[in-house]
Amino acid sequence: MRADVFRLIAGITLALWLVLPLVPLAIWSFAHGWRFPDILPRDWSLKAWAYAFSPTSGVVGSLGLTLFIAAATTVLAALVGVPAGRALGLHAFRGKAIVTLVLLAPAIVPGIAVALGLHGVFLRLGLTGTVSGVILAHLIPVIPYMTLIMASVFSSFDTTYEDQARSLGARPHQVFIHVTLPAILPGLMIGALFAFLVSWSQYLLTLSIGGGRVQTLPLTLFTFASSGRNDVTGAIAMIYILPGLLVLLLTARHLTGRNAALTPRVAP
Amino acid sequence: MTLTKRTRIILLLAPALVLLGGLFFSALGLGLLRSLRYMPSIGLSEPDLAAYIAVLSSPGFLASLGLSLWIAGASTLISVMIALGAALLLRQTFPGRQFIAFLFQLNLTIPHIVGAIGILYLFSQSGAFARLAFAGGLIGRPGDFPALVHDPFAIGIILQYVWKEVPFIGLILLANMQAIGEDHESTARSLGATRWQAFVHVLLPMLMPGLVAASALVFAFAFGAYEIPLILGASAPEALPVLAYRSYTDVDLAARPEAMAMAMIIALLGGAMVLVYARFTRPAGRGRNAR
Repeated sequence: MRADVFRLIAGITLALWLVLPLVPLAIWSFAHGWRFPDILPRDWSLKAWAYAFSPTSGVVGSLGLTLFIAAATTVLAALVGVPAGRALGLHAFRGKAIVTLVLLAPAIVPGIAVALGLHGVFLRLGLTGTVSGVILAHLIPVIPYMTLIMASVFSSFDTTYEDQARSLGARPHQVFIHVTLPAILPGLMIGALFAFLVSWSQYLLTLSIGGGRVQTLPLTLFTFASSGRNDVTGAIAMIYILPGLLVLLLTARHLTGRNAALTPRVAP
Repeated sequence: MTLTKRTRIILLLAPALVLLGGLFFSALGLGLLRSLRYMPSIGLSEPDLAAYIAVLSSPGFLASLGLSLWIAGASTLISVMIALGAALLLRQTFPGRQFIAFLFQLNLTIPHIVGAIGILYLFSQSGAFARLAFAGGLIGRPGDFPALVHDPFAIGIILQYVWKEVPFIGLILLANMQAIGEDHESTARSLGATRWQAFVHVLLPMLMPGLVAASALVFAFAFGAYEIPLILGASAPEALPVLAYRSYTDVDLAARPEAMAMAMIIALLGGAMVLVYARFTRPAGRGRNAR
């Protein structure tokens, strides 16, 4: 009985600690002035939310741009990550360990180590300060993630269905669309959603390559946080965590059993 | 036309390797050349180690390196300990277990920058905890509250990493525990081991590869992240990534090779963590993870 009580207390403490940093952000977004030492704001208002959604704040444009960059990065990463994942998941070959290492390293080596050199490279190519440059930069942490998830998906993929379709006269693109794609789609969706989130949370690569001209949501969030507009910061933070929540609700059904280990693979 | 298996594999891998390798290695390569002060376009055609010598003999750099190692080491160690406890807890059945598992997953999706601002609003001297301390009569004014953010020991930064990484490591451990099962521990218990002995001598060694791999990821991230120390760190010494980026964007262009040298040093540590991670995880694929 005592062990049960201990577990419950430990569980409640853990749950509280996990949501705690979000609480002041949520309160601030509805606060109309919240001075020390008030535990709660004296007045509540929707001013911060109204301002965040007004054209002057630039938050809506920033939100659209961030969505576009994350979506484009995800599509490009899927185009190269699905074939590479197939090679890694289905085949054993000489040099596989090296290839895996090369595909893994960009996700683990800190962004700052790459961002400065990449800025130099992109400067020559005229890609600094452009949305395309930022998308290419985001591919560095996103492709490894996509490829490794797809490798895991393909490692439990049965190629005999493809052989059967082919022996029945299906052409390669028909085999892919009618046999391969339906089989890998659940895994591909999870890979895509988490690839989206990896791009969605990039800060330094956007700052260094975008040079302040590509103003994604985390950069806007930082601007308001450092100018002391805590209420608007709270509202933007709430908007910013929304896609993650949606992704979680969409994938929760799939994140059981075998796929559960996929979730946090390489994105601490 | 039929392709040999080897050609097929190369064609499947080529787009990812060319695109990713092109971006990643050209960036590291250019960074390396610049750090060696090799810039033929402005007449520097003799690579030298001056930038590295300048950086490694600068007290400011050494203080930043020490701070970043402290942040990464402390964050990883504390996160691992709490994550072990949390995973052991979540392995049991108790009311609310599903809910905590959901919060773990949710936490993984929250960008670090949001956590950093949340920690700032919680632990700053006019933050939520300072207000509670005032209400409880523990402090008389904001300045009486201990400096937990922008502080020399980087407590706020470490708190943020612990908040983010406990669920990350915890979920990896939980997945490993489910794969291992409880049979080994039961056997040890039936042979007279205490719960603690069964944990230390049976379960922990089996969890070790996953734990080391996860720790390598967390260490590399906490060592090299930029926006978290930017928001929660003190102005001096700065965390190494903050110092490196500030040197790079310095109006004095002479500081750039030194910034690149710092980036290379961070890359070196990151590379070491890649090797640790790869050493302790088995790659996905046929015949490797078959049970």
